[in-house]
Amino acid sequence: MIVAERKPMAEIVEMVKDCKKVLVLACRGCVTVCSAGGEREAEILSSLIRLGMKKAGKSIEITTGSLVRQCDREYIDEIDQWEGKYDAVVSTACGVGVNFIANLRKDTMVYPALNTTFFGGSAEQGEWTEQCAGCGDCVLHLTGGLCPVARCAKSLMNGPCGGSVDGRCEIHEDVECVWQSIHDRLSSFDRSAQMEVIAPIRDWSTAGHGGPRKMVRDDLTV
Amino acid sequence: MSFDPTITLFSCHYTSQQSCAEEGKELEQLGFPSSINLVRVPCTGKLQITTLLKAFEDGADGVYVVGCPEDECHNVKGSIRAAKRVAAVRAALEELGVEGERVQMYHLPRGLHPEFVEKGKEMDGRIRDLGPSPFKN
Repeated sequence: MIVAERKPMAEIVEMVKDCKKVLVLACRGCVTVCSAGGEREAEILSSLIRLGMKKAGKSIEITTGSLVRQCDREYIDEIDQWEGKYDAVVSTACGVGVNFIANLRKDTMVYPALNTTFFGGSAEQGEWTEQCAGCGDCVLHLTGGLCPVARCAKSLMNGPCGGSVDGRCEIHEDVECVWQSIHDRLSSFDRSAQMEVIAPIRDWSTAGHGGPRKMVRDDLTV
Repeated sequence: MSFDPTITLFSCHYTSQQSCAEEGKELEQLGFPSSINLVRVPCTGKLQITTLLKAFEDGADGVYVVGCPEDECHNVKGSIRAAKRVAAVRAALEELGVEGERVQMYHLPRGLHPEFVEKGKEMDGRIRDLGPSPFKN
């Protein structure tokens, strides 16, 4: 899922300080799962904005709503149901959702309530870790399913580096050396020889270094 | 400048079950501050962050929660959950530039023990020292 966290309240209150009516818009996709921007978090944010504005001696009318997702046109159109109830939308979606509202609704001012952080998973309740960098050229079949792009601090393709000590990364003892984990995992499948195959210099153009990425599937377009 | 605070207390049913005895007169006789509005909940673990924030929106100068001792919660982890939510509200208040001490969590034994009254007085004194809620502007 896309993992995100709420922006500092001072930043959000500053965004809406001149608004009289705001629509706080939750997303029931990834940010609901990571408890950053679902309906519950949108209710909390609405309350905090009201309190922040009260403290500033201002009043604000807040409508709280949610969309199934904020990354599809068909759902973005549902914002019409709140027509007239807002001067601006405060989106608790990830950055994709905010962009989509901005893209598709030329007359709607939209502000982000979250900082979008990474593609991750939750192995323990309340904890999320980065697992994928969305680099567009997956090498997981060569690395035992563990991603060196997202999980190696240097995104090395031929690891580990000299900073790997006792399975930990030199940047912090809490960070695993994913290349050590790759080695251990490949070894458990009797495939440690894969570690000796030199990965070629990588073309990072698929990782966004070639500009914004786009995908078109002719079998799905209408 | 002295003022008469409004404080909202969300208390676990088990912790406060004797506080309503004799229609609350016993509490009053023990010196429980009249500034405190007691809301009994089945379990503090059911309290949501929005409920605590709403109390501030409704004009409370301070909000506190009384739940079971951490290792003796009737619902196992209810009061631990409540403490985490109180901590989240405290952090949010501080983000808004408001004293985090305006919201507190206490873990107290079940029944009407002296600590229940003592913590009420402590909260009343704290909020009087802090002054009116900045959200009342």
